[in-house]
Amino acid sequence: MTDQLTLEPASAPLRPKPRASLRVMSRRKSTIAVLMTLPLILLVLSLVLYPAAYGVWLAMLNKSMERFVGFGNFEFLFRRETFWMVVWQSCLFAVSAVIFKAIIGFVVAHFVHNIHNRKQRIWRGILLVPWVIPPAMSTLAWLWLFDPSYSAFNWIIAQWGGDPIPWTGDANWARFSVILVNVWIGSPFFMIMYLAALKSVPDQLYEAALIDGATWWQRIWYITLPMMRNIIAITALFSLIVTFANFDIVRILTAGGPLDRTHVFGTWAFSRGIESGDIPLGAAISLVMTPVLALIAVFILRDILKRGSEV
Amino acid sequence: MNDSSRITRRRLLATAAAAAPAAYLSAPFVRRAHAAGTLSIGFWDHWVPGANDAAVALVNEWSEAEGVPVSIDFITSQGNKLLLTQAAEAQAKAGHDVLSFGTWYLPQYRDQLEPMDDVVDGLRAKYGEVNDTVRYLGYVDGFWSGMPFTAGSQMKGPCSRIDLLKRHAGIDIQAMYPAGAAPQDDDWTMETFLEAAKACHAGGNPFGIGLGSTSDSVDSIGAFFNAFGGQLVTESGDIVVAESDGVKAALDYLRQLGPLLAPDAPAWDDASNNKWLVSGNGSMIWNPPSAWAVAVRDAPELARNLWTHGAPAGPAGRYSPFLPYFLGVWRFSPMKDEAKSLLTFLGQESSAKALVEASSGYDIPAFEKLTKFDTWAKVGPPPGTLYHYPDPHGTMTLSISGAPAPHNIAQQIFTQGVMTKMVVRQMEGESLDRTLGWAANEIEGFLRM
Repeated sequence: MTDQLTLEPASAPLRPKPRASLRVMSRRKSTIAVLMTLPLILLVLSLVLYPAAYGVWLAMLNKSMERFVGFGNFEFLFRRETFWMVVWQSCLFAVSAVIFKAIIGFVVAHFVHNIHNRKQRIWRGILLVPWVIPPAMSTLAWLWLFDPSYSAFNWIIAQWGGDPIPWTGDANWARFSVILVNVWIGSPFFMIMYLAALKSVPDQLYEAALIDGATWWQRIWYITLPMMRNIIAITALFSLIVTFANFDIVRILTAGGPLDRTHVFGTWAFSRGIESGDIPLGAAISLVMTPVLALIAVFILRDILKRGSEV
Repeated sequence: MNDSSRITRRRLLATAAAAAPAAYLSAPFVRRAHAAGTLSIGFWDHWVPGANDAAVALVNEWSEAEGVPVSIDFITSQGNKLLLTQAAEAQAKAGHDVLSFGTWYLPQYRDQLEPMDDVVDGLRAKYGEVNDTVRYLGYVDGFWSGMPFTAGSQMKGPCSRIDLLKRHAGIDIQAMYPAGAAPQDDDWTMETFLEAAKACHAGGNPFGIGLGSTSDSVDSIGAFFNAFGGQLVTESGDIVVAESDGVKAALDYLRQLGPLLAPDAPAWDDASNNKWLVSGNGSMIWNPPSAWAVAVRDAPELARNLWTHGAPAGPAGRYSPFLPYFLGVWRFSPMKDEAKSLLTFLGQESSAKALVEASSGYDIPAFEKLTKFDTWAKVGPPPGTLYHYPDPHGTMTLSISGAPAPHNIAQQIFTQGVMTKMVVRQMEGESLDRTLGWAANEIEGFLRM
């Protein structure tokens, strides 16, 4: 230390003092921004990145978690008949549910948009109820509606002289039931997003179209849909990811049965990972869709950004 | 190496059980005057109201006697909470000192659990052998990794409607299984059972045996497989499902029985059979007496017509599903001595009796000399309805689906519901070869280490 001090040139006193440089640094906007976002960054690192990285690590271990096996668990999965059935079911579940949610949300948003402002608030509140109730709770209510001993639906069908429907006992009906409940829970989210988008479409566009003699369908096709394109894409992407990762609805309604024919990635991962004591395989199952969904997200977001920059 | 201490412990246990609590206090279970910390216990949260209170009372009694502070959590198995707790604690190597383990989870975590040979051997010396299922699940790799615990241990034998069996099938189930006496069940065979199922189905009150993938379904169907000698995998791990005549016979039988069961049986969970019976639709389910207990509360008229009894005999014997619970002590626990002391206390006859009483007979101790408590003989209505529940005359083999396969395979056969899925596939009209091939392929996938 002493040597260094003796080697300092004569101009040394001109350098800013450490306290002064700290003051300058703290005045920089970027430093303040980093400091203010630090809690969130730490939260993301500890609650998102660490578990995700740990999940990837687990997926590369052998069953007893003592040995690194690389992509061995994934290779094993790709050879299983049940795995490909779960892939098909997850796609069927997610894609059909998102399509129905989007259609219902779009139609209902239009209805609500055309209601007078004061009454619209009440309708918005009522229609959001399925989305606001915790899904585990509302799915339990659906479970009772589908219950073989106490099904209200079957009771109504019986009143009309029909045969009871095995809502969760038959594979096709069970698939229908889990998709139905997902659509019921998720449609209000689409409705509220589309309603917000509808409100941002300038009325002048519709007025001009009317003067030009555009039909109802032409107004929808040439004005509403293009103006809502970004919000439709974002909503569909978000819902697709959430629906692919769904767990509670399937777990409560059918637990993946009958014959594994309603399993989606989440429920099958739980069944193999926790119930069967094969945590690495469970981790591998839950990670299978990550690259596919990430790719879809990249394409959709890139498209949205491109359109944004064109504007 | 433990011989001398084991003998001493047995003597002390015998003295403790026979003498007053003062004698119990003198037994050197805990070698310290006061424990260094709080003993943390995670019990399974019992279905039966009031049953948890008995466990708390017992632990408090021990805690006061030993001067060891305790904390108790009751962890529900609903939503697999107990399973998740086990997995989390095993990963984190932190958590409760003593934890409940159901069926397959003791073998799964055996490497992380403290050996309990001294505790279990002491109890076996006093109360006789444990049943085969308990031994299969608890004694793995040459040591006991947990103590068979009364609370939660259950049998899933048939519980029938006295009136409906008489009306539809002409069977007097009370005469076949009289209260307080040995069963007269020579005619209670798989053939009789199938005829009764047909009659009850035709009468509009089908039997309610689940064909889903939860434990009630899997365990019950496993007992049918066992009754026909249908093993999927041998003790040494050989996959014999495709060649086993017993499996083929069981599937042939269950293909006939399946359509006679309640509609939606392939989608049943562990609550469905209870609801089926209490709704008044069903004439029989396979379940512990929780369904009867719910009926006593919600449908007393119906409860007076329920009778729990033994399983029908097949060509390979009479099998009833048994699902045991264990208490294990993590190796990371700093209070192993205190934990073992508590487990020894909870394993005593007086503790088992209190737990059985508090659960209205739901719980069954694993030891052969502890299956004839008054509780089962006296609870009702109707009086004697649970007398045959713990198999007091030892006429059945208590089984678990997947046994005797090595545990890592059997656990997956059980949790993935391979047997019930085979039955449902057969009911859907799939060829036998295709079903057997599918099962063999699934099981091959379970062999990965």
